[in-house]
Amino acid sequence: MAIRTVSRTILYLLLILLSLFYLMPVYVMLITSLKPLDQISLSEMWQLPHSLDFSSYQLAFEKLAPNFMNSIYLVIPATLLSALLGSLNGYVLSKWKFRGSDWIFTALLFGMFIPYQSILIPLIQFLREAGLYNTIPGLIFVHVVYGIPITTLMFRNFYASIPEEMIESAKIDGAGIFKIYQHIIIPLSITGFVVVGIWQFTNIWNEFLFAVTITTSSQQPIMVALQNLSGSQIVQWNVQMAGALLAALPTLLVYIFLGKFFVKGLLAGSVKG
Amino acid sequence: MEPKVLPSFQSGSSLAVSAKKRKKWNVDQWLSFAFILPSIIAVAVFVYGFIAWSGYVSLSNWNSLVPDLSFAGLKNYLFLFKDFRFQADLRNTLFFTLFFILAVLFMGLLLAVFLDQKIRGESLFRNIFFFPMALSFIVTGVIWQWLLNPATGVNLFLKKFGLDSLWYTSVTVIPGIQWSKIQFGIPIAVIAVVIAAAWQMTGFSVAMYLAGLRAIPEEIREAARMDGATEFQIYRKIIFPMVAPITVSVVIIMAHISLKIFDLIYAMTGPGANFVTDVPGVYMFETTFRGNYYANGAAISIIMLLSVAIFIVPYLISSRKGES
Amino acid sequence: MIALAFTLILSACSKSSSSEPDNKKSSGKLEIFSWWTGAGEEDGLKALIKLFKEKNPDIPVENAAVAGGAGTNAKAVLASRMQGNDPPATFQVHGGAELNDGWVAAGKMEPLDDLYDKEGWKDKFPKQLIDMVSKDGKIYSVPVDIHRGNVLWYNKKVFADNNLQAPKTFDEFFKVADKLKAKGITPLALGDKEPWTATMIFENILLGTLGNEDYQKLWTGDLKFDDPKVKKAAETFKKMLSYVNDDHSSRNWQDASQLVAKGDAAMNIMGDWAKGYFVNDLKLKVNEDFGWVATPGSEGQFMIITDTFGLPKGVKNAKDVKQFLSLLGSVEGQDAFNPLKGSIPARTDADESKYDEYGKQTMKEFKEAKLAPSLAHGSAAPEGFVTKANQAVNIFVTQKNVDQLIDSLNQASSELKK
Repeated sequence: MAIRTVSRTILYLLLILLSLFYLMPVYVMLITSLKPLDQISLSEMWQLPHSLDFSSYQLAFEKLAPNFMNSIYLVIPATLLSALLGSLNGYVLSKWKFRGSDWIFTALLFGMFIPYQSILIPLIQFLREAGLYNTIPGLIFVHVVYGIPITTLMFRNFYASIPEEMIESAKIDGAGIFKIYQHIIIPLSITGFVVVGIWQFTNIWNEFLFAVTITTSSQQPIMVALQNLSGSQIVQWNVQMAGALLAALPTLLVYIFLGKFFVKGLLAGSVKG
Repeated sequence: MEPKVLPSFQSGSSLAVSAKKRKKWNVDQWLSFAFILPSIIAVAVFVYGFIAWSGYVSLSNWNSLVPDLSFAGLKNYLFLFKDFRFQADLRNTLFFTLFFILAVLFMGLLLAVFLDQKIRGESLFRNIFFFPMALSFIVTGVIWQWLLNPATGVNLFLKKFGLDSLWYTSVTVIPGIQWSKIQFGIPIAVIAVVIAAAWQMTGFSVAMYLAGLRAIPEEIREAARMDGATEFQIYRKIIFPMVAPITVSVVIIMAHISLKIFDLIYAMTGPGANFVTDVPGVYMFETTFRGNYYANGAAISIIMLLSVAIFIVPYLISSRKGES
Repeated sequence: MIALAFTLILSACSKSSSSEPDNKKSSGKLEIFSWWTGAGEEDGLKALIKLFKEKNPDIPVENAAVAGGAGTNAKAVLASRMQGNDPPATFQVHGGAELNDGWVAAGKMEPLDDLYDKEGWKDKFPKQLIDMVSKDGKIYSVPVDIHRGNVLWYNKKVFADNNLQAPKTFDEFFKVADKLKAKGITPLALGDKEPWTATMIFENILLGTLGNEDYQKLWTGDLKFDDPKVKKAAETFKKMLSYVNDDHSSRNWQDASQLVAKGDAAMNIMGDWAKGYFVNDLKLKVNEDFGWVATPGSEGQFMIITDTFGLPKGVKNAKDVKQFLSLLGSVEGQDAFNPLKGSIPARTDADESKYDEYGKQTMKEFKEAKLAPSLAHGSAAPEGFVTKANQAVNIFVTQKNVDQLIDSLNQASSELKK
């Protein structure tokens, strides 16, 4: 028993040490963002600020607020649309299979693994022709289209757990593909929508490559603006850290309050149970 | 970019039922096909069509502001493989991918086993290891740039132990064998990026392994304990082999993330001196959108696509077969 | 219901892709596109816009400055907008190759000869400067400011404490550098996190070694990069690099200038925007805390970086744009902008009293010196060559392989003939 106590103690100690390592960046980010610029020096990097100074947040907020709003206008419609589309596809590909549908599904899935660089040049040409270049609707469109594979996959696996008998009996009652979707599938999809919604919200909020290549200046989402903070004149570390925290806040909040669903999304379809 | 979840193609009873009716297209099937047709068209055009178009651009002479789509053969590819920067990219990607995957696997398994010991405050610990995944690579890059800056941060600790604080921007390549135009070996500065990337992504493998460990029935462990096996033996002989398939999944997901990585490196180190931290994603972005070498950029992107496809296509096909 | 929503979305998607091209920005507003978002330059731009609004209250103006990457972001944005035939009303562009081999060669710019005639500018700007914004005999843009690239900045206290004189030749430079090194002071500060800073050192060495004529011949292809003189310059560059700070690759130019300001390093080579940084951000005094000379061997020469604005083809409000360009080219406009930005006016008849000691001296030298276009800032060669040269220099800083550098530059020189 003594050995067990010792090994438990070591286990906890290791866990705490590793936790500290994982929290370290957040700690440094927080304390740096709360210091005025003149207190940011090597020797004081790890120390708590002498007094709380929110000026860097004010500065970061001033610079990032318009882009923050851009991200909001982008992420909400894009998430809703791609979740809806994914749900439809997932429904058909799990409950209304036709010959070849599984291969179509596989072909769709390939789209979520490709490096987006490989479609970027045509995409920009296309958006320009369509008048969607450098617009938030353009970015929404892009995220909905390239979100099809992942949302379809998540919903397909989600709907696989709905018993086939329910669908069959509804068919016998004369319900068609729309009716069944509307009356049976949708009411059962709430969790699915939450999981997929959180997933897409996080991904689209955090996305950078499309954002930086498709939008310019006033249309840019938050991540591009954050990256640009470091490109201008003097590197004000406190403002950058405050900006990083602001930019991370929405996804962090989602994680803190809905973390269960976030992890579910992560595992969706990857391991059973 | 966040981790993409792994497709597993569950063969539930539900799928088996519908398989019987798959012989001929009836009204229902046409209808369901029409239902998803928009998505099929979208993916056909925006994924496959655009890849083909990129492929065409990569064979063209479009290396200036004005599009020039005349055929150039493999010129752009030949240029890249002789190019110092691209050779360095290949080297960096190789070692970045290798160390990144090893770090994620090791830390993931370790933490998952720790968390599986029925410890108190498990959800708190779990959340600590998971939360970086909710962050953007840009945020991670910005934070770690500050943490690893030679004049600040973690390096102050390292300096106390007599370690060179310049490693983050070091141009040293170990062992640095001359290979074509570059020194081949492990670029020290890549390690810095690996640490940041692993910090962010470990949560994914912890979650995967933990789910795997939790799925192992307690009876199996009990039975082994009855037979007098130690906890260590139980893990080594029974549990690790059972979670091995998860390792394959994690490796493939992490490999495809690392092969196309762009934002983290762009935000954290950029190409680096002597291109020690450059990767194809960054090169493609800079050469296309800064230098206006569109055809070269397209060629890089096609090479990136192929390197990912090597992992993904066999995987998708084998999963597909596994289902039916 | 759902189906309805679905079809609505789809049609919305397809509709928005067909019916939106009319929301392009180039319509009503006068969009001024630049990368002036830093401290002094932003103030200068705002002063200009304010002045313009006072004179033209009925023309709406939009400041479309793009932040980040010292102009690289803005140039990328501009490239994609120009390709999409959605040009801003007027945009910042460096005189020289960036303008002429870029936008003029691509047929995207309107000539401005009539404006020059109307305003009587042809003898107000130096002839060599007008040549930099002209192609095939036509003038395409209006220079608003001048920066000098061949300046060696030094910490006066460090030099005084060690009884040193600012070096004017390469020999003097290395003598000074050796003495400083022996004292444990970094002789030359470099911050090449962005590689153009190292390219600037190299171009200044080229100018100092080759002289103005041969330097210019490099960009026309009349002097090859494997010329022994170029090789000599590369050797000098290599030697100079052995005197820089160890952590150069993690610093940007501001960080490097800080080393000089603090006295940790004695000298750095940077364009004269560094003066603005010394004075405005680091609160140093001109000619008291820091001094300057032309880079070794380049006295009487002026490595010029000039910001200019032109009129893209296809903008709807060309008249308004010309109105703005008239202001840019006027003494009043140049004197509103340049003192704030820390640059000197492109006109030679501006009001000297508005500029500080450095400005006054540089204005005088600008009138007399021979101009040389900067490679690092896109004036000497097309963007494609600059990209490759920056890459080659980035590699050279680490590898210090002269033959490899010459070889890469030689290969890249095929870009010059485009």
